Amino acid sequence: MKYTTVIGLEVHAELKTQSKAFCSCSTKFGGEPNTHVCPVCLGMPGALPVLNKQVVEFAMRAGLALECEIKKFNKFDRKNYFYPDLSKNYQISQFDKPICEGGHIDIEVEGEHKRIGITRIHMEEDAGKLVHSGATIKTSDSSAVDYNRAGVPLIEIVSEPDMRSSAEARAYMEKLKAILEYIDVSDCKMQEGSLRCDANISVMPEGATEFGTRAEVKNMNSFRALERAIEYEVERQIELIEDGGTVVQETRTWDDAKGITLSMRSKEEAHDYRYFPEPDLVPVEIDDAWIERVRTELPELPAARKSRLMQEKGLSDYDAENIVATMAMAEYFDEAAQVSTDAKGIANWMLGDVSAYLNTEGIEIEQFPITPQNLGELVNLINKGVLSSKLAKKVFTEMLKSHKTPQVLVKELGLEQISDEGAIAKIVDETLAENPQSIVDYRAGKDRALGFLVGQIMKKSRGKANPELVNKMLKEKMQ
Amino acid sequence: MKVTTKDVAHIAQLSRLTIPQDEMEKFTEEFNQILNYADMLNELDTKGVEPTANVLPLSNVLRDDVALEGVSLEEALVNAPEVHDGGFKVPRVIE
Amino acid sequence: MELYDTTAHELHEKLVKKKISSVELTNKVFSRIDEVESLTNAYVTLDKETALAQAAKVDKMLAEGEKIAPLAGIPGAIKDNISTKGLKTTCSSKMLENFMPIYDAHVIKKLRNDETVFVGKTNLDEFAMGSSTETSYFNVSHNPWNLERVPGGSSGGSAVAITAGEAIWALGSDTGGSIRQPASFTGCVGFKPTYGRVSRSGCVAFASSLDQIGPITKDVHDAALVLNAICGVDANDSTSLPVAVPDFTSALKTDVKGLKIGLPKEYFAAGLAPEVSEIIQKAIKDYENLGAEIVEVSLPHTEYAVITYYIIAPAEASANLARFDGVRYGYRNLEATSAPEMTTASRTEGFGSEVKKRIMLGTYVLSSGYYDAYYLKAMQVRTLIRKDFEKAFEKCDVLLTPTCPNVAYPIDGKMDPLATYLLDACTIPVNLAGLPGISIPAGFVSGLPVGMQLIGKPLDEETILRAAYTFEQTHEYHKAIAPIGGK
Repeated sequence: MKYTTVIGLEVHAELKTQSKAFCSCSTKFGGEPNTHVCPVCLGMPGALPVLNKQVVEFAMRAGLALECEIKKFNKFDRKNYFYPDLSKNYQISQFDKPICEGGHIDIEVEGEHKRIGITRIHMEEDAGKLVHSGATIKTSDSSAVDYNRAGVPLIEIVSEPDMRSSAEARAYMEKLKAILEYIDVSDCKMQEGSLRCDANISVMPEGATEFGTRAEVKNMNSFRALERAIEYEVERQIELIEDGGTVVQETRTWDDAKGITLSMRSKEEAHDYRYFPEPDLVPVEIDDAWIERVRTELPELPAARKSRLMQEKGLSDYDAENIVATMAMAEYFDEAAQVSTDAKGIANWMLGDVSAYLNTEGIEIEQFPITPQNLGELVNLINKGVLSSKLAKKVFTEMLKSHKTPQVLVKELGLEQISDEGAIAKIVDETLAENPQSIVDYRAGKDRALGFLVGQIMKKSRGKANPELVNKMLKEKMQ
Repeated sequence: MKVTTKDVAHIAQLSRLTIPQDEMEKFTEEFNQILNYADMLNELDTKGVEPTANVLPLSNVLRDDVALEGVSLEEALVNAPEVHDGGFKVPRVIE
Repeated sequence: MELYDTTAHELHEKLVKKKISSVELTNKVFSRIDEVESLTNAYVTLDKETALAQAAKVDKMLAEGEKIAPLAGIPGAIKDNISTKGLKTTCSSKMLENFMPIYDAHVIKKLRNDETVFVGKTNLDEFAMGSSTETSYFNVSHNPWNLERVPGGSSGGSAVAITAGEAIWALGSDTGGSIRQPASFTGCVGFKPTYGRVSRSGCVAFASSLDQIGPITKDVHDAALVLNAICGVDANDSTSLPVAVPDFTSALKTDVKGLKIGLPKEYFAAGLAPEVSEIIQKAIKDYENLGAEIVEVSLPHTEYAVITYYIIAPAEASANLARFDGVRYGYRNLEATSAPEMTTASRTEGFGSEVKKRIMLGTYVLSSGYYDAYYLKAMQVRTLIRKDFEKAFEKCDVLLTPTCPNVAYPIDGKMDPLATYLLDACTIPVNLAGLPGISIPAGFVSGLPVGMQLIGKPLDEETILRAAYTFEQTHEYHKAIAPIGGK
């Protein structure tokens, strides 16, 4: 039987505010355990929360960027569950009145355009961190709780179950990350946990109208992990059904090293969060003027940046789409474009050799060793005819290692292209004199002879002769 | 009977409490007494009545996003039953 | 009269005129404590050393000619659910037996700024859950008017301290009557301000939407002084009202001419002890003679208030008390080998049975499948109760009721739990509606005080202060001194 996969994502993004959601403690990453804490985030008896205005503004910004409706009436609720990293043993969240509803993200997978719905975005607080005595939670006899992260603001973005493949899920996640980076509300570092993703995954027979039972998979720390976890989970569910079993609704965790998902079921009772209105906070009412102010302050979004690159810089749809895919790529491009006016040239390098290097090394553009200024200079050297594209690649490889400017490297390596007509004429004459037969062949219409002669000249000049000039001169001299 | 001893045991578990077997009967009885008394609320038609979660005529009590020093590590841990490496030590998290 | 039986406003005069020193006064209060505390059990923790040091500081200020606040140098008692930095705050629970707060409640900060003297922390029903102090882990407090009787609760220790001369003024907290009911049982003045008037920051939460800190004092004037000291908006409490605080002493006028006093008929129905009813009726007559206009009003949803409260308060409490898990502070069972087991054992051993019952009741009414039938329904009925008051206040300026349907009952553990809950029937609706309410002494039944409650419109503390002051100044009940100790 053939199956259809149904995926919905719940994404948590830590907001990059200065202070926590409900107290004035710093949100700075790192720091010794329990050094960014106060009575409120330690859950001391009698301590009360006061909402950080920036949290509301960041949530609104995200909602507007994702085409959501911003709800006028907002309240907070308590989500009750016991866990040592949760200092009050309830999380302040939004239950039935989230700040944003009904948005979407447009994705493209293998040339197909698709719109993924966003159900809601709500505001909540993060929990603290458990430092285990052993290698894993299961092998640890004890843990130490650090509440530095407790109370850091989060937004949870819940998608509709609109995705049908791991590739679509990845595309959604990449696009969402890009948007959150563009609007500057979150650091979006999956490895560090400032962007986290849970996937609700189910399968159903192709053509069926009712979704299958879903499993919620957690703990995927990269796009790759997200894809692999979905692929594994889909396969697991299909095998289970084919073998006559049924999928259980449960939470599973992704084990990246083993490449499998594992059930998280323990003796713990079924969750009953007992949500109720948070009596320590008052409602947040958002009027049109507030929404409009946040809207006008919204930074440029990927779609707008893409069309700007196409119009102002003359980039193709494909190039522009890929350049704006992440904020960092787009920023890199803009900086390089300040040095070189050859936007197309920069884009070619970025989407070609640069991206290839990033992929092989498994790094992001932020860690790329060549500065955008130097890449721009490299493009300029090619356009000025100082470097052939072949030699440019050689310089590029050196730039990765040395951090020197391309001008310096060209000199150091003695790679300047020979474009001096007199110098080239001298080599051409020499070569023609050495190969009289080739001249005869060329004149007899054998084009290969020209190629042979060019090759000989490039060899003599150690690749530095300007190939266009060589071609032109050869043809003239053999007429 | 609104709730049985089994229900009470379940609620206790949700509340992270244990009710000793010999107190269970009395507990369940008192629980039912209150819940039975609560039946009187059903006399009232509350269709369309807005719930009151808070009596305050307040909204938008918001704080500027300014980070301030919190408490010292020493203060944070002063009441901690057990401490390890600056953290609140707890026994194994998974049962 | 003994200094410890004197009111704060009189003592302030004596201090300013240098007739007494704060150290002398503070020593007097502590020797009174030595004399009677073993009989009353008003306090959980005493802090004589700090109190005397603070008194000496105020004496020095006076000697240097500094102007002092009305409560400066005057010994007060703090209910032990109000956070005091560096002074244990136990909530009368085994759970917090050794808990040392790392911050001051907002009211404590304000009182420290006023250079008041803190005698110590007073006994209460565990986590303020009760009406008699019988649920305290540190034993029951005794009513100075009759040591065999409860003092009321949950702020019973504070009320006892005032009545027995173990403090000049005190703070309590009131969630369903926990200031007014013990004031009524012990013959004190107890004031619950409008919800939001006083910051809750540092008041260990029982039911957040109902809790309010307020004074328990020897007379109405002192209540106004304490209100002046503790009211006001607090940036650390989102539910504190950003409104101007009047000088409450300017409301202390003996004048009720033309004041419309509403009598909600439901509060005078069955369940009210005839002797109490008689006293309240007499008070009504006295008001009428003083020129007040008496009108009958109706608060039709009154009978639903108690159960509404016993759904809402436990629901909020179930979450508020979840933080007591043995991880960051408080009692911990040290034998448990896993965190969930440790938390369950710590809570089971650290909480008393009334607290456990209310946590579980709250858990139940919020749990999946029961939320709508109980919690949502109760929130809706709360709306109906609020609207009753709004309507009643269209016809009158204040409402007058008994504070409690009866006088203090014996300490014998024979009270049925539900019957105890019903004793709060007159005070609970005031919390549900967030209104200000005061209890003042209105007479005695067989040597036990009877309290009268006056309820005001939101933020209209002044009118009930004026009405209460007028009654008090035209009667002598507040001057009666409990027969305890040397007398």
